[in-house]
Amino acid sequence: MKPFIYIICIALTLVSCKNTSSKAAKDDVAYHCPMRCEGDKIYTEKGNCPVCKMDLVVEENHVKTISDDKFSEMSIYNLPSTWTTQNGEDIQLKDLKGDVLVMVMIYTSCKAACPRLVADMRNIEERLPEHSKENVKMIFVSIDPEVDTPERLKTFAKENLMDNDPWLFLRSTEENTREFAAVLAVSYKEISPIDFSHSNIISVFNHKGELVFQQEGLGVNSDNTIKHINEAVDAM
Amino acid sequence: MFDHTFKILCVFLVFQTICFSQTEGMANIKGSRYIPLYGRDSTVVEVQDFKLDKYPVSNQQFLEFLKKNPKWQKHNILKLYADGNYLRQFKSDTILNDIVNPQSPVTYVSWFAAKAYCECQGKRLPTIDEWEYVAMADEDVPDARRKPSYNQQILSWYETPRTDEKTIGNSPKNYWGIYDMHGLVWEWTLDFNSVLISGESRKDVDKDSNLFCGSAAIGATDLMNYAAFMRYAFRGSIKASFSIKNLGFRCAKDIEVNP
Repeated sequence: MKPFIYIICIALTLVSCKNTSSKAAKDDVAYHCPMRCEGDKIYTEKGNCPVCKMDLVVEENHVKTISDDKFSEMSIYNLPSTWTTQNGEDIQLKDLKGDVLVMVMIYTSCKAACPRLVADMRNIEERLPEHSKENVKMIFVSIDPEVDTPERLKTFAKENLMDNDPWLFLRSTEENTREFAAVLAVSYKEISPIDFSHSNIISVFNHKGELVFQQEGLGVNSDNTIKHINEAVDAM
Repeated sequence: MFDHTFKILCVFLVFQTICFSQTEGMANIKGSRYIPLYGRDSTVVEVQDFKLDKYPVSNQQFLEFLKKNPKWQKHNILKLYADGNYLRQFKSDTILNDIVNPQSPVTYVSWFAAKAYCECQGKRLPTIDEWEYVAMADEDVPDARRKPSYNQQILSWYETPRTDEKTIGNSPKNYWGIYDMHGLVWEWTLDFNSVLISGESRKDVDKDSNLFCGSAAIGATDLMNYAAFMRYAFRGSIKASFSIKNLGFRCAKDIEVNP
């Protein structure tokens, strides 16, 4: 019995100061086109070559070409928080590494600004050229984790025909959400249990998780945002 | 075998005590309902009972934290978490500049660092509603906002330069037993980024109108409380990575409910 008590005590002591240096880097598998249509371009996901449509093959001597495992200090992949997708999957932001991320914070019960933000996101996605689309993730982050359960996000995704790539819906704890909003410089406040006021900002992150552009406001011209997304994709 | 485990346990317990011993310097705040300058649509806000540090965190206390948590030291901190001014009063990672008073409130800290400090002690940053609730008190009453002397005193502080270099705890404590809510530095709050001075969207015609636009003043419930208005405007204008000369923090804690 005694050893158990010791172990429990020690375990409790260890968790007292949250140490957030998780280093569970995923094994990166890289793919390339057998015809090398786009030169030595490496793809992070299994699929077809966008040019010749042949099946991609696994890159044998993959020497960490998809950006090194180290991300810069400004990268959001440094955030240790865990997020749940609309499919109930738990992920960390660094699991999204390798794609250009376009993120916006919304809540699903919102009647005023959010439908327009969703429309803005859809508009941006539609206007992206083919080669960009494959390297972009369009992400909605909930500012109302209490109401926006994964199930709720799933329903919302289906209603908006966004329950597939490149769309992704995320929620986390209230605390993690507050921290993430702080990183994005997004302000929000609960006005009533079903209503929030929030800033309308669409953020673009490059494949290393660094913020490259923010579009502020509703229904604004997205040309600049699209330009930055394309640049970020080209820089990969 | 057991001896060895016991030794390790002792060492950890000592660390544990260091980490949590500061819970004592807190005062109990009796919750209530009040109308803050910016409430939820200018209505009553309810604050639960909670504990708040009697003093703002000092340079010395923050130094101890840095020694134990190297990743928050000046040269190790991620740029995502703090801007270039972070801990400017430090000569090196764990040494203060010679002219800096160890007993003055720590400033040049980002929101992330302040939050981490509190979490390491099993505490958290106070919310805006909590902070403003305690800040309404003067020495005699919990809500002194209607007293001309209360506003006068705070505003005269806002006019005084370099108050951040003063020593903590030299002014009289307020109704709750809390020192230096006003007079030394402004303080981080957990949800500082919930202030939307310019309405739903930050996209105004004039970029700088975030801060001082007239619509925000009309939205305020208490035009007398100019000092609080300045605090809200300040909060609405900062970002979490900012490290500012006159911005420090103190920690709060929920009161454990005994089942």
